[in-house]
Amino acid sequence: MDTEKLDFIVAGVGGQGTILASDILAEVGVEAGYVVKKSEVHGMSQRGGSVESHVRWGKDVVYSPLAEKGNVDYLLGFEMLEAARWRDFVAPWGTVIVNEHKITPSSVNLGHAIYPERERINDLLKKQSSKVTWVEATLIAKKLGHPALAGVIILGALSKLIDIGPGVWLSVVERLVPARFVELNREAFLAGRNKQQQETSA
Amino acid sequence: MKKLLSGNEAVAYGAYLAGARLGSAYPGTPSTEIMEEFSKYPGVYAEWSPNEKVAMDVAVGASYAGKRAFASMKHVGVNVAADSLFYASYTGSRAGLVLVSADDPGMHSSQNEQDSRNYAKFAKVPMLDPADSEEAKLFMVRAFEISEQFDTPVVVRTTTRISHSRTLVDIADLDSTSEELEDAEPTQFEIEPSKYVMVPANARLRHVIVEEKLKKLTEFAAETELNRVEPGNSELGIITGGVSYQYAKEIFPRATFLKLGMAYPLSKKLFNSFAERVEKILVVEELDPFYEEYARQIGLKVLGKEVFPLTGEFSPTLIRECGYKSGVLKEETLNLTAVTSGSNEAKEPLPLRPPMLCPGCGHRGIFYALQKLRAVVLGDIGCYTLGAAPPLNAMHTVGCMGASIGVVHGVDKARVKNRTAAVLGDSTFFHAGIAPLMNIVYNRGVSTTIIVDNRITAMTGHQANPGTGSTLQGDSAPVIDLEKLCRGLGIEKVETVNPFELSNVLKVLKEHMDSPEPSVIIARYPCVLNIKERKPALVVDSDLCSDCGTCLRIGCPSLLKEEGHVSIDPLLCNGCGYCVQVCPRNAISSKNNN
Ligand SMILES: Cc1ncc(C[n+]2csc(CCOP(=O)(O)OP(=O)(O)O)c2C)c(N)n1
Repeated sequence: MDTEKLDFIVAGVGGQGTILASDILAEVGVEAGYVVKKSEVHGMSQRGGSVESHVRWGKDVVYSPLAEKGNVDYLLGFEMLEAARWRDFVAPWGTVIVNEHKITPSSVNLGHAIYPERERINDLLKKQSSKVTWVEATLIAKKLGHPALAGVIILGALSKLIDIGPGVWLSVVERLVPARFVELNREAFLAGRNKQQQETSA
Repeated sequence: MKKLLSGNEAVAYGAYLAGARLGSAYPGTPSTEIMEEFSKYPGVYAEWSPNEKVAMDVAVGASYAGKRAFASMKHVGVNVAADSLFYASYTGSRAGLVLVSADDPGMHSSQNEQDSRNYAKFAKVPMLDPADSEEAKLFMVRAFEISEQFDTPVVVRTTTRISHSRTLVDIADLDSTSEELEDAEPTQFEIEPSKYVMVPANARLRHVIVEEKLKKLTEFAAETELNRVEPGNSELGIITGGVSYQYAKEIFPRATFLKLGMAYPLSKKLFNSFAERVEKILVVEELDPFYEEYARQIGLKVLGKEVFPLTGEFSPTLIRECGYKSGVLKEETLNLTAVTSGSNEAKEPLPLRPPMLCPGCGHRGIFYALQKLRAVVLGDIGCYTLGAAPPLNAMHTVGCMGASIGVVHGVDKARVKNRTAAVLGDSTFFHAGIAPLMNIVYNRGVSTTIIVDNRITAMTGHQANPGTGSTLQGDSAPVIDLEKLCRGLGIEKVETVNPFELSNVLKVLKEHMDSPEPSVIIARYPCVLNIKERKPALVVDSDLCSDCGTCLRIGCPSLLKEEGHVSIDPLLCNGCGYCVQVCPRNAISSKNNN
């Protein structure tokens, strides 16, 4: 852990489990010896609206619980459109991991707006950073038996890019998810991690 | 040992460490988890009161009885509790008495963004303003001490980014010295009318004491470690507090800081001695120019709201942008990517994703029917406020909790051509709906009130209320019977419906709204998130679907518009069957066609 700081944003739709995922991310930072702050929003927006959590790891000190625009090292998009919404925050050196998953907002269903094409979203993200990885997290999660596992699959993919062993991640996952789901979450985490391995070696 | 705690968890922990053994609250984002967390400590009594005023009075009573106690609420809850806060300011406390107010700059989940610091000044009570979870814990402990030392309630104020951020907290000091409430010997209530009976003769004398107390607290503010100067360069001094301190530290790392942990009262001595250290002073504070106005009042030259906005939430991004635009922030300290990425590139507008009523939510049935009947709906605050959103568009006024019933009565007395109804939730009715409903009976009103009763306080995360049958600490409780309560208030026409039975709901609504007597409809269906009910997802037969769009008008997130037909997202649909009733082609069914 010789990195000065790492900022993360976890963006998704209320109900997708962004809060649990960002809790895991925060605790992993603590386990790895970082000073950690995280911030999230509860309440109204959790009813299917846009939600985001900021997680910040710092070597010595972290002041703000919110990350700064243009400074975020990792943007984890649990939903394609929500990833695009936070693109301004990604640093030029930052990485985006996007779930290949679309949840149609009411504005689109009512014909008030058009959901951007996947390629358009990819272009928008690429403009901000060259490192954009797509993961079929929800698809894999469904195969494992529960779409809510997508978050942990994305964390698995992220873990491959960060210099902290999978044991640390898994111990935190085990601590934070309900006991009867530990095995499933383990599987999901490793599936995400393997996926990223293939991507990076491809 | 250090642990990540949210500001709310830390407030609860601090209260416990301080020996508080009684807590009372009404839920409200971002304050809700404070009392939920406190209720889990051993030997404490914690309750959901029906509203914030009751919560405040309960805490006051415990303090008068000699036990450290606190009430917690969201900022607008303080409006409801204000009458009690103001008398408590005069009577003072016996054991430590603390009110926690959680403000919501940016209105993530609120109807306004009032700045609670004004209440401290208005009610003449001290206020502490923590900047992270560690301080939230420590300041709670200090608040109880200050309360007893100065014989006054103390307000601890957080904001969303304090309440809902997790930061490291030292939990080495886990032991609380106080004994469990049940084990403690009952004490004698100390009768002292001159202190506790606020009739004019006593209150006049107490007011003098309050002013003396404030003078002493002002001297305290000059000395206390709750306020601190952090040395830096002398070019720029920053006066700040709360989460704004964190943002300012990040953007102006080399400045000299006056970090205020005590938001009120403020000390002239402290401000002046700080001013002498620096050439220029910048005040960084969210919402109102509270410190800025004080600084100007004592004759200091400062920059504040000409640099930073009066509205909305701050962030490091905003502080940097404002600092740069105003010239306070020199270019070489600028993180250029941050400022340019937002402004230079034309922003692609992305579809918004506002919150919506959940799939399977019973509230939907009432709003769809009200919309069909073209009723004017006087609304209220809860999940059901989402009935105001398109495509339902079936709530036309929303102000504060409990307003709906008084407003419908006023509208009906003023007389309009439209059909009208008030709509409010069960928790909201218990909170502030009973008195205005009684008023309709008393003053011979004719209005229709619809209580959308999902048996829980859903908006804030499913807290029990007087209609739920359980308490905050998990005990079973008597269920307050809404029908009987309304009848007891004098409403004779009370009817209960299942909101999902569309044709019956239409009939009952029409009949009640057209009737010349005051009436109540209770639309009862338990919150789907709370009972975790899930029937198999429905499917659309795309051959039968004529793409007429009728089902899309119920505003269910699981109905998706596709090319030439509608489909149902099986991950979102919970099989409530409401859309089946509205589809004119019988194209939606529960049979799985694959
Ligand atoms: C004075 C005040 N206290 C608390 C709140 C926060 N709040 C908004 S809605 C709500 C509860 C609504 O519950 P209920 O009426 O049962 O409706 P539901 O959300 O269950 O549909 C609360 C606590 C507020 N806005 N104002």
